[in-house]
Amino acid sequence: MTSWLPLLVLLPFAGAVLCLLVRGRGAPAIGVATSLATAALVLFALWSLQTSGPVRVQVGGWGAPLGIDLAVDGLSMIHLIMTAVIGLFISLYANRYYDGYRGGQKDRARELFWPFWLMLWGAMNALFVSADLFNLYVVLELVGLSAVGLVVLTGTRDVLGAGLRYLLTALAGSMCYLMGVALLYAAHGTLDLFAIGALIQSDGVSRAALMLMVTGLLMKTAVFPLHFWLPPAHASATAPVSALLSALVVKASFYILLRLWFDVFPGVTTPLLGNLLGLLGGGAILWGSLQALRQKRLKLLIAYSTVAQLGYLMFLFPVTAGMADGSSLWLQEVSKGTVCHVLSHALAKASIFLSAGLFILAAGTDQMSAMKGLAERMPLTVFSMALAAVSLMGLPPSGGFIAKWLIMHAVLGVGQWWWAPFLVIGGLLTAGYMFMMLRPAFLEPDPGPGLKPVPRLLEVCTLALAMLSIGIGISAANLLNLVMIGNPFSIPGGGW
Amino acid sequence: MNLHEWLPLLILGSSLLTGICIFFLAEEQRGLRTFLNLAGAFIKLALVVYMVVGMARGETYETRFPIVLGFDFVLKADSLSLLLVGLSSGLWLLTTVYAIGYLEHWKNRSRFFGFFSFCVTASVGVALAGNPITFFIFYEFLTLSTYPLVIHRGSVEALRAGRTYLWYTMAGGALVFTGVVWLHVLVGSVDFREAGVLAVVDPSLYPSLTLIFALLICGLGVKAALVPLHGWLPVAMVAPAPVSALLHAVAVVKAGAFGIVRVVYDLFGVQFADQLGLLTPLTIAASITILYGSLRALTQDDLKKRLAYSTVSQVSYIALGVSMIGATATIGGLVHLVHQGIMKITLFFCAGIFAETVHVKAISNMNGIGRRFPLTMGAFTIGALGMIGVPPVAGFISKWYLGLGAMASGQPWVLLVLLGSTALNAGYFLPVLYRAWFRDPDGPWHEEGPVGRLEAPWMLLVPCLITGLLSLLTGVFAGADWSPLSLARIIAMKEYLP
Amino acid sequence: MTQELAYSMTGMLLFSIGLFGVFFVPHILRRLMAMNVMAVGVFLLLIAVAKRNADPNPDPVPHAMLLTGIVVAISATAFAVGLARKFHEVSGETDLDGEGP
Repeated sequence: MTSWLPLLVLLPFAGAVLCLLVRGRGAPAIGVATSLATAALVLFALWSLQTSGPVRVQVGGWGAPLGIDLAVDGLSMIHLIMTAVIGLFISLYANRYYDGYRGGQKDRARELFWPFWLMLWGAMNALFVSADLFNLYVVLELVGLSAVGLVVLTGTRDVLGAGLRYLLTALAGSMCYLMGVALLYAAHGTLDLFAIGALIQSDGVSRAALMLMVTGLLMKTAVFPLHFWLPPAHASATAPVSALLSALVVKASFYILLRLWFDVFPGVTTPLLGNLLGLLGGGAILWGSLQALRQKRLKLLIAYSTVAQLGYLMFLFPVTAGMADGSSLWLQEVSKGTVCHVLSHALAKASIFLSAGLFILAAGTDQMSAMKGLAERMPLTVFSMALAAVSLMGLPPSGGFIAKWLIMHAVLGVGQWWWAPFLVIGGLLTAGYMFMMLRPAFLEPDPGPGLKPVPRLLEVCTLALAMLSIGIGISAANLLNLVMIGNPFSIPGGGW
Repeated sequence: MNLHEWLPLLILGSSLLTGICIFFLAEEQRGLRTFLNLAGAFIKLALVVYMVVGMARGETYETRFPIVLGFDFVLKADSLSLLLVGLSSGLWLLTTVYAIGYLEHWKNRSRFFGFFSFCVTASVGVALAGNPITFFIFYEFLTLSTYPLVIHRGSVEALRAGRTYLWYTMAGGALVFTGVVWLHVLVGSVDFREAGVLAVVDPSLYPSLTLIFALLICGLGVKAALVPLHGWLPVAMVAPAPVSALLHAVAVVKAGAFGIVRVVYDLFGVQFADQLGLLTPLTIAASITILYGSLRALTQDDLKKRLAYSTVSQVSYIALGVSMIGATATIGGLVHLVHQGIMKITLFFCAGIFAETVHVKAISNMNGIGRRFPLTMGAFTIGALGMIGVPPVAGFISKWYLGLGAMASGQPWVLLVLLGSTALNAGYFLPVLYRAWFRDPDGPWHEEGPVGRLEAPWMLLVPCLITGLLSLLTGVFAGADWSPLSLARIIAMKEYLP
Repeated sequence: MTQELAYSMTGMLLFSIGLFGVFFVPHILRRLMAMNVMAVGVFLLLIAVAKRNADPNPDPVPHAMLLTGIVVAISATAFAVGLARKFHEVSGETDLDGEGP
């Protein structure tokens, strides 16, 4: 039976509606309960995938092209799990966070967080299981709208400006994507994500569609130089929201990019495009890191770090572009490395934004100069930050290390050694800004008003995420085997 | 899984778990913390002794599990790793005792001892690593676990030193990473093996291998403080004395030097490295470092700084021995790995005692200090004489073999380097000894606390005396079975007569 | 020139004009309008796509896509207008400062 698949989407949506109807004090309880239930459902989905392999269902029995098709393979599953694990911890965290939050429209934020977040979760689950290009457009739009809703929760000038900018970019991005979908349908008459790859040829229409869709998704993923909307939005939102956005939302559009690259456009991609994307990645690493090094505010630094870290994801494209042999070792390796980076970055970045939230709760500011003595006063928080930093730097034994190893290995393996310096220098620059961030924490504290105590539960959630980002390095073999169920990285696409 | 597969992991775990537990202790739980520290250190030592005995009977100990495809985590005990494992676990016990005494009144001791345990875990991991990837994992872990120790004081100066330390070591780590990945791409997964594993590769790869060798040696040379990559070491002197002792004698510089040994002997193989023409540049770099470090040491007035530059110089004896063809030079280099550790830790222990009990940090203030601290200064004297190479202290053995090795490998100019270095060593150590023993004190000592029956707290004094004695004994009984010299001889034989 | 081609070309032209506007016009409402012009461009193209075969009955799938797209665009626009009003209330400004949309 595969009727559980639509539930992955419906359950969070139902929770969101309930939260909107109930409002007030009841919303957090419903929100946490829905989060737990959704996480449990994802666990069940994992079990089902491992016992019976990849599945595909037609919702309502309509069938393609009018109906809604859902499909789950290893790549979908790992994204579902990532969302569930991080989402669950952030739910637990947010529940208490808004109680202690000081500043703009606290009650409104506490109430509205839940419907928007559950809607976002449902939309992301839908995105990861969609098997059709147009569905992807709809849920991508839904992801964008609910993400913007989360950004503007507190209603201050900063968040409204950042939110608007984010919204306009996201809308323009999805319009580009939709234009690509229209072109593809015009040329091939199907929207099936996994069937179109077999029909496609490298003609003008396909190339135009590819360019439009890639551009649109790069805007949404905030890949340099289309990243301008990200730092203000991620830095000005409340901490649980920043964590969700940096960890999960940007990965959703990247997921579509991966799917398109392997399933729709394998015959159309050229080494030139691949190299261009790789160059954008290198630019992102350098530019994002250098900007991070210049920041005085903690959350802006972390946001620029996201810009930089997203660059690592781009090296997949030059390595695999125009590759004829789908079973190539390097293709498998770079894909695994990229997925591993998606995971470890998500966990580490979520943790580090939650740490920043704890610091803001305690100190009422996110200026890094106020972090003096933090290591003594909030050792657990600083410890979480340091663990997450290790993963972002790509040092062993973290998930970030495995990712960097696999990507570097593949890059050298196919002889594109010129990407290697970006990876190495990126690691050093990350170390530079991460230690710049941690440095004040070890200084003698200033005399003056102390820090407010923060709930222990919040610290534990933060630490758990940081430890997971290290832990996936140790259990990388199992995770990466899971990703390979259904063989998502194969050329040409459309196996089943 | 049986004990043979678990033992290397257990040896690591004995300090790793201790470290994790200590992190969660409150600052006041002094008794429990001390117990955990000592228990961890003793268990580790016992496990190492058990392993050594087992290996003497011909047993092998290896832990191996895959992380991702073609990427194994391997811990393996061989004769070479025993050298560093033995040194680390033995000196860790002593340094722990010393550190407990030293940090009596400091803040954040749980954090300190947590990272202290991690640091030893990393250094033992470096020793036991059975392939380049595992080696790299622990090499980086060492960087991370020592950084909080270097900045432990929390002063602006300490943080600045920490930043320098970090930039150097991270950059070195990045070079090693690049080398290791590239090597893996070229030849796949390889384990360290006596006499090297790369000699069989296709000659078309030789240029790449040369570049990989350069990457690895430069990366390792940062921690081994090869000139001009040594800049972090004198700066890192702001760390508390037990940390300096650990950095200089056991953990960091040894990880670098040990890495060089591994790369030359067990990865490339000394014959193959020579065939590629890679050894002479290393000999030259080591020689320059030896002379440069000694020259800079001459002009330092700060005792710890002088010792630091002395370390820069002395650690390169190891690289020097490794870079010369011939079993004798190999023995000299390897045995110095242990000898330098024991002697240098003694000197740092003494410097820490002077600083902690009477606030003497500068050499110009050491006039007559031998009368106030006869035992400590005695240990210091043994260590210093050993560094100069006076028989029968351990350092003499190293220099003797290195000198013979230089002649045997047909590079007599190295002998001049050794002689010059010895003269310089004497030049910067003898004045210290002269001041301490033969000058009158400038005035009363600024005592930190009431002077007890002993000249210094026993927890500081005893480790110092033990290592001082060991420096002497390893020299006197160098011919005994299971002395560092015998072990080095076994390793050298395996390298040259596989 | 066939009718579909004319529709398609107009659609693409509108899309390009809109894309330019979203990035380079300062006023928030105008940007929003530009986004809608982009959307209309896509919708025009979809209308043309529905008649791409010789079949006298138009293909229903692009129509379904078009209708859904309009719904999505209207909701997004409404949301954006709401945000823009709020932004104007709080800050008194009608432009977003800094580069990009």
